[in-house]
Amino acid sequence: MMTSDKHSNRPVPLGNHQGQRSWWRKLARGMIEAPVSAQLALVVLAAYLVVILFAPMLAPYGEAAVVGDAFAPWSPQHLLGTDSLGRDIFSRMIYAARNTVGITFAATVLAFLIGGAMGMVAAVSGGWVDQFLSRLVDILMAIPLLIFALLLLMIFGSSVPALILIIAGLESTRVFRLTRAVAMNVAAMEYVEAARLRGEGMLWIVRREILPNILAPLSAEFGLRFCFIFLLVSSLSFLGLGLQPPTADWGGMVRENVMLITFGQITPLLPAAAIAILTIAVNLVVDWFLNKTSGLAK
Amino acid sequence: MISKAEENLDQPILDIRNLVIESRSRKARQRLVNNISLTLNAGEVLGLIGESGAGKSTIGLAAMGYVRDGMEITSGEVFFEGTDLLRLPERRRRHYHGRRVAYVAQSAAAAFNPAHTLIDQYVETAVVHGVRTDAQAREEAVDLYRQLGLPDPETFGNRYPHQVSGGQLQRAMVAAAMACHPEVLVFDEPTTALDVTTQIEVLAAIRRTIRNHGTAALYITHDLAVVAQIADRVMVLRHGNMIEEGDTSQLLETPGEDYTRQLVSVRNLHKEATPAGDTVLSIEAVRAEYSRGVAVLDGVSIDVEKGRTVAVVGESGSGKSTLARVITGLLPPTHGRVSLHGKPLKPALKDRDQQTLQRVQMIYQLPDTALNPRQRVRDIIGRPLQFYHGLRGVALERRLEELMDMTELDRHFLDRVPARLSGGQKQRVGIARALAAEPDLIICDEVTSALDQLVGEQVLNLLLRLQRELGMSYLFITHDLGTVDAIADQVVVMRKGQVVEQGAKDQVFAPPHQPYTRELLDSVPEMDPGWLDRVLA
Repeated sequence: MMTSDKHSNRPVPLGNHQGQRSWWRKLARGMIEAPVSAQLALVVLAAYLVVILFAPMLAPYGEAAVVGDAFAPWSPQHLLGTDSLGRDIFSRMIYAARNTVGITFAATVLAFLIGGAMGMVAAVSGGWVDQFLSRLVDILMAIPLLIFALLLLMIFGSSVPALILIIAGLESTRVFRLTRAVAMNVAAMEYVEAARLRGEGMLWIVRREILPNILAPLSAEFGLRFCFIFLLVSSLSFLGLGLQPPTADWGGMVRENVMLITFGQITPLLPAAAIAILTIAVNLVVDWFLNKTSGLAK
Repeated sequence: MISKAEENLDQPILDIRNLVIESRSRKARQRLVNNISLTLNAGEVLGLIGESGAGKSTIGLAAMGYVRDGMEITSGEVFFEGTDLLRLPERRRRHYHGRRVAYVAQSAAAAFNPAHTLIDQYVETAVVHGVRTDAQAREEAVDLYRQLGLPDPETFGNRYPHQVSGGQLQRAMVAAAMACHPEVLVFDEPTTALDVTTQIEVLAAIRRTIRNHGTAALYITHDLAVVAQIADRVMVLRHGNMIEEGDTSQLLETPGEDYTRQLVSVRNLHKEATPAGDTVLSIEAVRAEYSRGVAVLDGVSIDVEKGRTVAVVGESGSGKSTLARVITGLLPPTHGRVSLHGKPLKPALKDRDQQTLQRVQMIYQLPDTALNPRQRVRDIIGRPLQFYHGLRGVALERRLEELMDMTELDRHFLDRVPARLSGGQKQRVGIARALAAEPDLIICDEVTSALDQLVGEQVLNLLLRLQRELGMSYLFITHDLGTVDAIADQVVVMRKGQVVEQGAKDQVFAPPHQPYTRELLDSVPEMDPGWLDRVLA
């Protein structure tokens, strides 16, 4: 990020590509030296990624196709049985990975774009800009997140764009707080003062002087935030205000099949397990990353 | 415990033999202390001197049988009255710490717990080690506070660390270290973080107290002039090796090694006055406030002429750095004005145009925070070249190399990040960045005080050379009068936001002095063991 110069009108000559190659080598070595928990988590994440990318190839049936009797038991034709409408649960699990993770990812990225940019602007500008943004965020954060999200979804409807925008907007307040705090520390540095004295604009100071220095805590936060948003999306779907049927979604699938529990079946727990495993895996990777960047890893 | 009967009078109290300490990391082992042997007799003070990275502090801690994390004593012995501290189990070794050998750190503020009073922290050590009862310890504390020249010794200990000044806190720490009447004290740069005028007081108090108590001491510092006042013998260290050891006055008069000779002759740089030129910067009756009604600067008027250096001297809190903030527009003055080449500058930074900004550049005290750790030297120096002069491609490359040559930096460093440069090299990059703008005036804010003395001198030489070659004007902010003689033509002495005295260097430095100038001049340690006695007399 800090070495790319695509946006600059007058780029600094960048001679060596050696830096990039050694970066890859460092990454590879880092993975080998990672603790077992992080390695395991990386394998899990890779598996999720494969499922997400190749969902249509892996799923035996279509996402919303009715292919059998309602509530069919586990069988070679329907690995995890079918749901109340006779759709293949295994196929829907696979498609749901795509939908849930995709929406979560989009919302997280958007939350970071909004919250990160605002946080850095607040830290660099200070004064009334900072006061205004900070108080606004305080007000938004004073309202319970889930209730606020439910309310907004009622108003604007549960379309995918609305879902992403609402979740990103709400979560960006959390990102704002963190970004502002870490950016404040960097903004007090003399090299930022030097850039100011040089007459650099806000964009340069934010992008070139501050952003590269707060990338480590922000990437860790990205992982954690991803988990929270993922759980939020799932909760909303479980409550019926998230992704709408027939789109498959893990949270929604728990709700659709929850009555099976009364028959002693564990099928409705499987989407919940998928949610839990992904959350734990991301957390383990973030832990490892945080340890590494803060110099705690021995 | 050691039986006192075994103790032999001519046996040194501390005897370190062939000490080797290495740092452990996954990649490589590095030798930090290489085969050092030293002895310390009862009541004797041995000075350990060297630049950063010489291994002084590591040896000081090893004298207590302790090494920092990531380091390892690979061989050698540390005999304390005949007992090898390194062979003792951790639990037994702790009996020695604080009780028989104690440590005084550089930063007293970081060593004291802010939540407890000073005397409670004094008493704790003595009571925990079972040397004194609570009442006895309190009585002795008051006595020590008195000996150390602290104000109101009876009640001084009831204060919290933040309620006393830096110099007082440092003395309180010396008192706390002496709570158990240890035989050996290890002082690790105890006066380095203090103002020059405070340094004398603390130095004198330490010397008086350890002489009264007959305490032996290892005194670690980078300043040969300071160690000359207190040490009976001096050991010169460099890169973990011993360069030379000898009697203090003998070592100062007839140093045996080149490196020692360089250290002794540091601060002998003297600049002849440059003829006056046109006025570049003129500050007229400036008053500045951080909060309404509280003046940090008041009635300050200074002129800087082309090709000359104006040194602004004063203790911390004198308003020197605020002056730089006013000139650069970070803190608009409430009264008065700043003009460049006779044209008044807009008070606030955001109102100034790029061309004005280009003409005044700054070099900072701490090169670590002045250079963005995520940018390469090429980007750091290259940015002002693009920004002000629109250079690119080959022209930019050529100018970059020119600047590297001018600041005596290797061209390979262009592709390094600051973390891979030494302190002196980083400061040169800071200078190159200022030069890249092609300014009329460079404000140097304590540019040498974070550097080792020899490195600082090289940086001063570089600044002088650039001044001669480019006719650069400097406003040189410093608390160290030693560097003033090396670089200044004009001197401005500041105190509490006001100018106490100003004029040509020879004039300000020649008698008769203003009382405050006298105090400042007196507080510059000289390479003479009798200096402190003379000043105190």
